[in-house]
Amino acid sequence: MKYALFLGCTIPARSRNYELSARKVAQELGIELVDVEEFICCGFPVKSSDQESATLLGAYNLALAEKQGLDVCSLCSSCTSALTEVAHELANDKERRAAVNTVLSRLGLNYEGKVKVRHFARILYEEIGREELKKHLKRNLEGLRIANHYGCHYIKPSEIYDNFDQVEDPHTLDELVALTGATVVDYANKKRCCGGPVLPVDEKVALSVAKGKLDDITEAGADAMNLVCPFCSVMYDSNQKSIEAEFERSYKLPVLYLTQILGIAMGFERKELGLNMNVVKTKELLARFYEQEK
Amino acid sequence: MADIDLREADPKFIKELAAQPGGEKIVACFTCRTCTASCPISIVNNKFSPYRIIRMALYGLRRQVLERDFIWLCSSCYACQERCPQGVSITEFMTLLKNLAAKEGYAPAGIRAQRDLIKGHGRIYPLDEFDNKKRNKIGLPSLPTTCGVVKELFPEQ
Repeated sequence: MKYALFLGCTIPARSRNYELSARKVAQELGIELVDVEEFICCGFPVKSSDQESATLLGAYNLALAEKQGLDVCSLCSSCTSALTEVAHELANDKERRAAVNTVLSRLGLNYEGKVKVRHFARILYEEIGREELKKHLKRNLEGLRIANHYGCHYIKPSEIYDNFDQVEDPHTLDELVALTGATVVDYANKKRCCGGPVLPVDEKVALSVAKGKLDDITEAGADAMNLVCPFCSVMYDSNQKSIEAEFERSYKLPVLYLTQILGIAMGFERKELGLNMNVVKTKELLARFYEQEK
Repeated sequence: MADIDLREADPKFIKELAAQPGGEKIVACFTCRTCTASCPISIVNNKFSPYRIIRMALYGLRRQVLERDFIWLCSSCYACQERCPQGVSITEFMTLLKNLAAKEGYAPAGIRAQRDLIKGHGRIYPLDEFDNKKRNKIGLPSLPTTCGVVKELFPEQ
């Protein structure tokens, strides 16, 4: 199994813990992730103001993957949706493809519309499969209570994702986390957005949206949150202190990536998974799995 | 939000919208308000209401929609679009409105800054040698600190 690894903008700069743990998990499972140095922004952040440029950015990245004969594996939900949307559009619309290729030809590139885009979690669920994944898990995470945050673009818009999960009753992350022995905690408004895309427009609104979820998860008694998107992490992990200050609340809710949770269960050490880089401290939460380190 | 004044309506606005991706099906909206009930932004800020924005657009209130800051509060989460019983691509419609507003110079500063960074440098968080040092220290590969292709992709920048 071989994919071009699409990191996007946020991960290499702000979520090295996600990148590190994803590479470890992929290696353990025999998924070969190929680095493509020329990849640039997926286009998602410019879509709202400049759809045409967003399509061009997506097409450029897809053309680079196609040139190497690889499908794309993305760790970020927003990158996944932006690239999947462009891949769909260009696979089905010859005229659009021709228009985009006029620009790409200046860079010696041509996109034929062949690339598939997959989120890393979807690859784990669909292509590796739970049975195979389970064979690689060594530590039992029993007793850990995890609230899964699906976010938006991991599963939506559903029309571009072949219904691999159910938008109104998502289950793929619950099933993956349950493999580790951890308890999956259900909570109110589970499907709600993190608010991230509104951050550059109105910080107060964005933080209010994120606060709602922290309230709901705390209420349900979870020990930690599980994410599959670096921008959701910016909202819940990097900005948790700002939310606490703004709304005079205290959460101290550890926020983990799916790849960190699976990595712990696979037996990797704290630093191998970048667990020391999570903003809300995870040491106490995970102490019983890393007793030998004391 | 102020009352709607229909004397300012531009009847051509619906046709302009319907001719572009995202605007094709908005006339099917029957104001059930499922979108607003599903919206994570409406819950925390009542300045933002998808059904009301669609209504204003259908009335032809072009200026009042495009010049106001509230359309930018849409988080593009697709909750509304997934649930619309009339099959209106509401999130795509909001993107269309934002694109039209941006063309007329009404994009908020934060959105303009993001766009300029990406079209100028290829990344929203451009990387430097210090970032690469931090990456290498934990065994991650270096990434390019400059991006030449944006000049070819966006020669107008």
